Amino acid sequence: MEFMQPLDWEEALEIKAAHPEARPIFGGTDVMVELNFGRERPEVLMDLTRVPELREWGEEDGRLRVGAGVTYTRIIEELKERLPGLAMASRTVGSPQIRNRGTVGGNLGTASPAGDALPPLYVSGAEVEVASVRGVRRIPVEEFVRGPKRNALREDELILSFLLPGARGPQQYAKIGPRNAMVIAVCSLGLALDPERRELGVCIGSAGPTPFRAREAEGFIRGVLEEGGLWESRSEIGESALARFGELVAGAARPISDVRGTAEYRRHAVAVLARRVLRWAWEEYREGR
Amino acid sequence: MRLSCEVNGERYQIDGVWEGESLLYVLRERLGLYGSKNACEQGECGSCSVYLDGVLVCSCLVLAGQAEGRRIVTVEGISGGEGLHPVQEAFVEAGAVQCGFCTPGLIVATHDLLFRNPHPTDAEIREALAGNLCRCTGYEKILDAVRLAAERA
Ligand SMILES: Cc1cc2nc3c(=O)[nH]c(=O)nc-3n(C[C@H](O)[C@H](O)[C@H](O)COP(=O)(O)OP(=O)(O)OC[C@H]3O[C@@H](n4cnc5c(N)ncnc54)[C@H](O)[C@@H]3O)c2cc1C
Ligand code: FES
Ligand code: FES
Repeated sequence: MEFMQPLDWEEALEIKAAHPEARPIFGGTDVMVELNFGRERPEVLMDLTRVPELREWGEEDGRLRVGAGVTYTRIIEELKERLPGLAMASRTVGSPQIRNRGTVGGNLGTASPAGDALPPLYVSGAEVEVASVRGVRRIPVEEFVRGPKRNALREDELILSFLLPGARGPQQYAKIGPRNAMVIAVCSLGLALDPERRELGVCIGSAGPTPFRAREAEGFIRGVLEEGGLWESRSEIGESALARFGELVAGAARPISDVRGTAEYRRHAVAVLARRVLRWAWEEYREGR
Repeated sequence: MRLSCEVNGERYQIDGVWEGESLLYVLRERLGLYGSKNACEQGECGSCSVYLDGVLVCSCLVLAGQAEGRRIVTVEGISGGEGLHPVQEAFVEAGAVQCGFCTPGLIVATHDLLFRNPHPTDAEIREALAGNLCRCTGYEKILDAVRLAAERA
């Protein structure tokens, strides 16, 4: 095994081009488990924690551009106002020890359907910026995540950052698990409201091979809000509309049964989460927060 | 490979480190610092918690090479001298130690919590220590110990 430690982005890309088999490691919260249990023996391990470009975030053309190596702890501390949905999801990840090391870049690298950072990226239409010595690509997150633990990275590419608009309205994230901390989601749900554009995004996590948007449910509730003039009046969303919304979101889920829960339970839980999360976000909007 | 780092204020150069090994392995098996415990090797139990450049981490999830040039503080370095740190004293007095296996990790995690938040609420204590498992105490005495340490600080 070989250990490499590039000190900047260019060097990292050159190493990846020369050693396509190199396994990148950032927070190590996924990679180290594989190494410790002998499930993986990469020929080359490439530590990316010294690459300053990966740890930066800033604004670019009205969007936020966040380095793949910004930890969950930093997202919670530094981006809570701008990206409340992602900050909320980050707070559900593991424990302080895990959040101090784990990164959104690593979550994208692993591309688990239960990855907590993913639904907030989906609902905001985020793009993943990847690069190789050949150049840079920006890929919509929905195309980047390809299947359970599969993503669109080519063998010489690394993840540099993700780009998304700052919150345009209330955002929420909720996750179901046997306890509040240290759980992989049985299922999860992210939601973002965009009052100015009269838009909303809903994404289900851990109830299909990848996270995915519930577009039919989005269309339904968009219609309810539009026709009822609710965006203007800021009045409550009726119970029957909430219930129908929950049903449509659950209908879109493609859950499997596994150790964490049965498909049936997941479908039911997704409906409950959807109603709840929409209600929370709408309450925030009504109160003008 | 060779690893150079600072552990509890002392500089070390360690030869023959395997590229795929964890910082926890280096601490225990190469430096003989057995305070940090190895229980799960997958970040679930927190018994290997240490500071890496002042940040609380599971040392089982840090690749040895990632610690190159970094400062590490383990439970052995928490008191900074002879005798116990007030957090350690509070754990002893509150009866928060039974078999003691989880204790080093909890000491470091509590130290970190009280540094960032000297007067945590119970909810904040629970959230901060959620990554540290204890099979013996049922956690009540641990909560007592954290409250005691916070009162005295
Ligand atoms: C105890 C514990 C609890 C956990 N709880 C949760 C949880 O609640 N929710 C959740 O979603 N996850 C959880 N995880 C999984 C893990 O913490 C996350 O997936 C995290 O986001 C991984 O980030 P990392 O920086 O540690 O990634 P690493 O382990 O360093 O890497 C993960 C993957 O991404 C690749 N990679 C990393 N950076 C790059 C890059 N810049 N370019 C290309 N590829 C890259 C790596 O090669 C690897 O395949 C948990 C893990 C543990 C050990
Ligand atoms: S041994 Fe590191 S968390 Fe359990
Ligand atoms: S005292 Fe035994 S595990 Fe905590």
